[in-house]
Amino acid sequence: MVKLPIYMDNHATTPVDPGVLEAMLPYFTTKFGNAASRNHSFGWEAEEAVDAARNQIAGLVGGKSKEIIFTSGATESDNLAIKGIVEFYKEKGNHIITCVTEHKAVLDSCRALERQGKATVTYLPVDKYGMVDPDDVRRAITDKTVLISIMYANNEIGTIHPIREIGKIAKEKGIIFHCDGVQAVGKIPVDVEADGIDLLAMSGHKIYGPKGIGALWVRSRGPRVRLTPIIDGGGHERGMRSGTLNVPGIVGFGKACELAKAGMAEEAARLTDLRNKLQAGLFERLDEIYLNGHPTERLPGNLNLSFAYVEGESLLMGISDVAVSSGSACTSATLEPSYVIRALGINEELAHSSIRFGLGRFNTEEEVDYVTERITREVRRLRDMSPLYEMAKEGIDLKSVQWKAE
Amino acid sequence: MAYSDKVLDHYNNPRNVGSFSKEDPDVGTGVVGAPECGDVMKLQLKINDNGVIQDARFKTFGCGSAIASSSYVTELVKGKHIDEAMAIKNTVIVKELNLPPVKIHCSVLAEDAIKAAIADWKTRKGATADDTKIEPSKAAGSGE
Repeated sequence: MVKLPIYMDNHATTPVDPGVLEAMLPYFTTKFGNAASRNHSFGWEAEEAVDAARNQIAGLVGGKSKEIIFTSGATESDNLAIKGIVEFYKEKGNHIITCVTEHKAVLDSCRALERQGKATVTYLPVDKYGMVDPDDVRRAITDKTVLISIMYANNEIGTIHPIREIGKIAKEKGIIFHCDGVQAVGKIPVDVEADGIDLLAMSGHKIYGPKGIGALWVRSRGPRVRLTPIIDGGGHERGMRSGTLNVPGIVGFGKACELAKAGMAEEAARLTDLRNKLQAGLFERLDEIYLNGHPTERLPGNLNLSFAYVEGESLLMGISDVAVSSGSACTSATLEPSYVIRALGINEELAHSSIRFGLGRFNTEEEVDYVTERITREVRRLRDMSPLYEMAKEGIDLKSVQWKAE
Repeated sequence: MAYSDKVLDHYNNPRNVGSFSKEDPDVGTGVVGAPECGDVMKLQLKINDNGVIQDARFKTFGCGSAIASSSYVTELVKGKHIDEAMAIKNTVIVKELNLPPVKIHCSVLAEDAIKAAIADWKTRKGATADDTKIEPSKAAGSGE
């Protein structure tokens, strides 16, 4: 018997791994020093722990430990990278290249710069699988381009972008390449050297570390990347991000990276199997379901499906003992369905019908079986209640219908 | 986002789900909303020659609140004369189901569905509004 409710929304956040929590605990109580206190053992102890974490984090992504800048999370890392680069290199240019399916932390940072007249931004389209074409990146480059910002893997549909090719183009043209690595780091191999990345945003809580801690890896050589801080203060983190370091969070983030690296190959294989089982089980049982995102170039734990004729939020409501997420408008305050799903060019109705399953470290095969049955039952029930399903079964082409929207 | 108990009840035990034959001359069908907006409601009313709603069926593609709004409406209109049903405002649905502001459009859609179904019935009957003027003796005690 599976334990309910089941958590299958691991792209949103993950539980702290017990090993991570254990590593953190002393840094709340006995080892509480300020890592910036240079004149006593409490400070040294904290600084040592922070340095060890830098090694663990840099070790996961192939950078040098001193290149890690700690932040409050990946949203801050993305803001710092984009706003910091545009400000620092303003004499050189003001053009940013990014893409339409980026995380809001990237898109809204770009929009803020546009609004302030500090940058012009090219938002590249994606193909039907949600992938950016590196040739589009190349064509978008102008003599004013100072930054390319493309995510490693998408948080909704799991599509992994051709990062290495984009990195190569950036190098060739001498343009700084920022990559939001939140969903990829710790899940699939990320190597800032081989991938040609100059700035990499990371988050603790997506990889079984704590919330409230993230990092921006900033290349120090070949080229040395510089940026203007967005938070001023005591000049911590080589002047790029002031503020007393969140030592327990940093220790936890470091430990989470160490665990992710050690178990990555095995975990990725296990999650890919579970994901494939879930996908196959649902496709066997239900007609008219569609995969959103790339069939193969996708994160191991990600499955994003549209269940035609069933609205996403109503489906979530029917499976209240399973935590997944939906691209339905009704789950957001904006009344717009997911911009990521819409960017794939599929029809809007299917965007309203999309569900994201995010499998993680603690999901089991029994849970996958339970979710498969639960979803199947609920989709069938809702389709019996759906006028669209009825019309489709009667052979009516829904596109030919004159809808009377309110 | 928490749902009210009444929305949950209608969602889990929807009343009067299904379809009447569209060929039935006593049936008026209203389909409102659009798939790309994430809401489509089909409401069917079986109306007698005196203009009293005898029975109702619905099918809805939409969020839980849209399903609950249409389910509630099928209960609400049964036994009512079409003139009374035409006067039902979405606010009644909002109040009954305790809908939050972001879900008010669901109640508006349900109100529209009633009007569309009755209009369809009238068209099919070729009836003018005068033929179905409310008769107090028949409508009395039929509502809530």
